[in-house]
Amino acid sequence: MPDLTPVPSEPTSEGTGALNLAELLRSSSRGDQSAFARLYDATSARVHGLVLRVVRDPAQAEEVTQEAFLEIWRTAARFDSARGSALSWLMTIGHRKAVDRVRAAEASSRRETKYHDQTQPVAHDETAEAVTATLEAQRVRHAMESLTAAQREAIGLAYYGGYTHTEVARMLDLPVGTAKTRIRDGLIRLRDTMGVGE
Amino acid sequence: MNAMSNDIHLLTGAYAVDALDDLERARFEAHLDVCHDCRVEVAGLREAASTLTDATAVAPPAELRDRVLADIAKVRPLPPLVTSHVASGAPGRASRRRWFPVLAVAAALALIAGLVAVQPWRDEPERALTATERVLEAPDAESVSLTVAGADTTVVRSKAEHRAVLVAQGMPAAPADKVYELWLQDETGHLEPAGLMPQGPDHTILLEGDASASTGVGITVEPVGGSDRPTSSPIAVFDFSEATT
Repeated sequence: MPDLTPVPSEPTSEGTGALNLAELLRSSSRGDQSAFARLYDATSARVHGLVLRVVRDPAQAEEVTQEAFLEIWRTAARFDSARGSALSWLMTIGHRKAVDRVRAAEASSRRETKYHDQTQPVAHDETAEAVTATLEAQRVRHAMESLTAAQREAIGLAYYGGYTHTEVARMLDLPVGTAKTRIRDGLIRLRDTMGVGE
Repeated sequence: MNAMSNDIHLLTGAYAVDALDDLERARFEAHLDVCHDCRVEVAGLREAASTLTDATAVAPPAELRDRVLADIAKVRPLPPLVTSHVASGAPGRASRRRWFPVLAVAAALALIAGLVAVQPWRDEPERALTATERVLEAPDAESVSLTVAGADTTVVRSKAEHRAVLVAQGMPAAPADKVYELWLQDETGHLEPAGLMPQGPDHTILLEGDASASTGVGITVEPVGGSDRPTSSPIAVFDFSEATT
């Protein structure tokens, strides 16, 4: 992975970093462009890295990151720190934009080429692979290791691949309905191991 | 939808990582509005997923910062959500006919904005469900799915709610000067206009009119503005006798 920009947000603690992001969002919602620039500096690597991971094409990923930050600016007033961390809110917007982009591209290519055969390579354990350096990443890796291989695979295809749980089930040759349970069980374990969320 | 209702709580994880298709997402978001436990769980699972991004961070090119900051200078931040005013698409009956095309398009756009906008958090449970959400979430909802012109489309109808909703994903553009028009079919085979599909590929549309006794929903290609009766053969007919719950 290219260099990691330090992120002043610790989603797992109530440190000043987390407060800062929320505060920057609040200032942004009141039209404070310099606060938004600081927010961008603090989080753009994280948002862009996820978008790039899902979209893959660098030029398109830049467009999507740009769209995501515009959306963040427009909707900053809807962030409520009582309901979750600022970082999670930002990543949710970035991820959703990225997934919308790959699905729209897929729908248009499917229209052009009749039906597309289900031959996407079934991903190897992408999630575990991605998790490498940094101290925080070590915690994440540790948490990922607590998941079953099947849970990691399903979460990887959904989160990084942008596939629906129905597609994930088909790709992994699972009964319909099984993938959504794996994704949920895996995320619950990740949440509990990382001590985030509730 | 019985199977759906039983399982719907299990969709929190898939929803948290955007692994639902448009129809499931619309249904699950309707459910989220009324299920506190699922909202809490979704929030926690999103926190969990966002921890994964620590390992994938990649700084975007420096020019992107300039583009983003130039963008935002031109855009006004939205106000906080106070209450939701998503159009219900149910104008008064007397004036409905005359205003119908405008209202239908406006209502559909409002619904699309409501359903498609990225909403990391749902509104408070106190807000009333929209007519579309009530149909999608109705215990008696039944649906028929078809591939229309390469697009994935589903009609969901609730007799109890008297309404039907069309969810389309990846609709190709209508031909020049044409528009897709929706119809409700009665048991005599008569087709009653039920609204026009706005431009663009992805829609969740509340059909105009009472669908409780309809036998099906049709889509035809009509001149811009729509027609009072179909001027071409349907490109799709959703037959409610084939609906699944």
